[in-house]
Amino acid sequence: MLTKQVKQLLINIVGQENYDESKVECLVYSYDATPGYQAMPDAVIKPGSATEVAAIVKVCNEYKVPIVPRGSGTNLSGGTCPTKGGLVLLFNRMNSLLEIDEENLTATVQPGLITLDLISAVEEKGLFYPPDPSSMKISTIGGNINENSGGLRGLKYGVTRDYVIGLEVVLPNGDIIRTGGKLAKDVAGYDLTRLFVGSEGTLGIVTEATLKLIPIPETTKTMLALYQDLDAAAQSVAKIISNKIIPVTLEFLDRPTLIVVEDFAKIGLPTNVEAVLLIEQDGPPEVVDRDMKRMADICIEEKAVSVEIAETESDAAALKTARRTALSALARLKPTTILEDATVPRSEIAKMVRAINEIASKHNVNICTFGHAGDGNLHPTCITDARDHDEMERVELAFADIFAVAIDLGGTITGEHGVGEMKAPYLEWKLKKEGIAAMRAIKQAFDPNNIMNPGKVFAKESRKRVVVSS
Amino acid sequence: MTTVQERETIATQFAEKMNEDELLNCMRCGFCLPHCPTYIESGLKESHSPRGRIALMKAVTDGVIEPDEDVERSLSLCLGCRACEPVCPSGVKYGHLLEEARDIIHQNKRHSFPVKTIRKAVFSGLFPHQERMQTMTSLLGFYQRSGLQYMARKTGVLNMLPDNLATMEKVLPKVPKKSEMKNRPTELPAIGTLLKKVAFFSGCLMDTMFLETNKATLKLLQLAGCEIVIPKSQACCGALHGHSGEKEGAKQLAKRNIEAFEADEVDYIITNAGGCGAFLTDYDHLLQDEPVWHDRAIAFKNKMKDISEILVDLRFHEKVRLKLPAQSITFQDSCHLRNVMNTSLAPRVLLQSIEGIDFREMKDADRCCGSAGIYNIVESEMSMNILDSKMEHTKSTQADIVVTANPGCLLQMQLGIERENLGECTKAVHIVDLLMEAVAL
Repeated sequence: MLTKQVKQLLINIVGQENYDESKVECLVYSYDATPGYQAMPDAVIKPGSATEVAAIVKVCNEYKVPIVPRGSGTNLSGGTCPTKGGLVLLFNRMNSLLEIDEENLTATVQPGLITLDLISAVEEKGLFYPPDPSSMKISTIGGNINENSGGLRGLKYGVTRDYVIGLEVVLPNGDIIRTGGKLAKDVAGYDLTRLFVGSEGTLGIVTEATLKLIPIPETTKTMLALYQDLDAAAQSVAKIISNKIIPVTLEFLDRPTLIVVEDFAKIGLPTNVEAVLLIEQDGPPEVVDRDMKRMADICIEEKAVSVEIAETESDAAALKTARRTALSALARLKPTTILEDATVPRSEIAKMVRAINEIASKHNVNICTFGHAGDGNLHPTCITDARDHDEMERVELAFADIFAVAIDLGGTITGEHGVGEMKAPYLEWKLKKEGIAAMRAIKQAFDPNNIMNPGKVFAKESRKRVVVSS
Repeated sequence: MTTVQERETIATQFAEKMNEDELLNCMRCGFCLPHCPTYIESGLKESHSPRGRIALMKAVTDGVIEPDEDVERSLSLCLGCRACEPVCPSGVKYGHLLEEARDIIHQNKRHSFPVKTIRKAVFSGLFPHQERMQTMTSLLGFYQRSGLQYMARKTGVLNMLPDNLATMEKVLPKVPKKSEMKNRPTELPAIGTLLKKVAFFSGCLMDTMFLETNKATLKLLQLAGCEIVIPKSQACCGALHGHSGEKEGAKQLAKRNIEAFEADEVDYIITNAGGCGAFLTDYDHLLQDEPVWHDRAIAFKNKMKDISEILVDLRFHEKVRLKLPAQSITFQDSCHLRNVMNTSLAPRVLLQSIEGIDFREMKDADRCCGSAGIYNIVESEMSMNILDSKMEHTKSTQADIVVTANPGCLLQMQLGIERENLGECTKAVHIVDLLMEAVAL
């Protein structure tokens, strides 16, 4: 509960209409897309400018009120859920596309801008903003920056981090700083831009961002390679990359995922094969044609049953849109879908796919797998029912095994969804004690009162790593 | 306002009656948000989004919050357009959850005396009785023809009504005489080769206020090669009841209709109102707890088809020459036709096959116009905001005609045209009437 005094101070900043502590408003900001996690804030606040954000932060810092910044709440690791009450801070009033600079190839945006709105606006000017998380139709740029979101085009173009070149940030003490700028080169001091990207709202509040744009590729082609063998599909991925071809997209979907996605999208996806690879290349037409042919040949050599190139742009778009619905479509099977995003070096993808299947049968849980195979970033998704406590325990064990294998293969516990609340207990497995200590020191320096998204990234207690069966 | 005791009863019934699996089926991905008109018009308030409303229903069911006024507000501000359903990858049946929740609230809440009286008159006294619908419509006809309307407009007495009601009065169609409404055919032969035998669901409002549209529908069906029966004992579809938390009333009407349409062996049951069609299609859900009726409802539902679908199926547009003077048209989807009956292509195919027509797709044609049954009267502020956005998109098509496929949408679009003072250059019509005009030429 906020005291009367704090409440009044906050209302003085944003006005009565932008402060709400009703049960209903608190409840609808108590969750994000993380399964089975929900906690109420004390109030919801909607600032209209960086100055208002700074004033709010000052009050919160003085009275030790937690702040959870929230975009559209599509987070999958509990990153945008409150853990200790406090304020949920919304950016509904800070959602403008401030500028597209066609001379410097940059876009300047407020954090509440919807990712797809940015992408559409820059494409109208013949420019390209590649990061395209599956939730881009509703996710915000501010959320993408805080989570360092990836997407389907990550393989060739990288992730959000690679396109953020300048930030305006409100620090936990209320200072407003600017990092980077419309600059191709800038080594003036520490690279704070990179530090804030992916910091999950634990270090400060992004109030404006300058993003790098690139010219839009001339053409794009999309194909599906069909397999009766998961291993063969995974081998194809490794072989395409070792043949020095970097496609835009190299996505993997297994059969159960194909079935639910087709059930929703009805675009004629094959449901009688064990796996497909969704492959896309862009660039000058001659390069695209050459690469597509070479990749098709590799897939056939690696025992693809067939390779089908999408005939029209709308067919290609339908395939990608369908892929983006995979996670939610899996919810058709069982009430609870828990997905992870363990990531391994690209060369290890076949081993990882195999390990996931072994772990699923060992713990007797139902795991469907899809994901950004070309990035080594898979999304093994457990189809379960949160009400079945016995099964939930097995699910947790299975995921612990998956993390362990990923780390042993030189990978990580999360590729793009963030640590948040859910993966915090496993962070030490990846970073070791010393790595966590270094991060804690940074957190302490910026946010000594621990008001910024407390309870995220750093766990109270790390999970013990059990010996992994080989 | 609800009393403490009413809230307790409502909460208990949520726990007993709400479909827990369906509530859990929402995995909160948020893919519905950009498609929800009230989420957008409210300035992106989660409490006015499908995901938010499901979370609230679940929270009441789980006893996390009590069903206070804000919960009720969130649920009543929903248009029920169901645009969130086709875009939901998990396939959550949001419309069913909403109807159950509204039913629980309305059945356990003591309405104020005037509200109670109106609800009773409308839901029990008027809509279930077609002859009373005819009487009501003839009163309107008397008002329009007797000079009363002229007087009312002239004297400014209408200015005493809220703005949009006064405008609405202007856009009501010229209604038929009572004798015309009473003498309706019960059977009609196919014209030309007989292809299908169909039954026509005439609808309470369509068969009174929009009688001309019904006549045109029958004519088009005949021309397409349909032999038609029009069961006399059919009744209002019950949509108005169902959407307003009067489930029992809706069930009674559903049973009457199922019985009425079982009497004849037909290939299809045809409607020309998306709102009715969708509710008829949902009879199996409405009657899910009554096994025998449930099976009969499924047989009924499987025969449902919108007029535009059957015309395209029977290649009406290829067999009959459709021609109109050169003009531009745009199409506003009926939400329930599109989101529940899955019909969105057929009307466009028909319109584009009319010679002389320049078809212009409107931006967000699939977004609700804000009519939503009686929503535009009970939630007029939100409805008018939604309509204003809709009119922006309508205007940018510069279309001469806005075509709709449902009486509610038709009146609302007409209202929008009137509010924007576009009456001189733009009009709204039902697709069937436009097709009829194109046949006649």
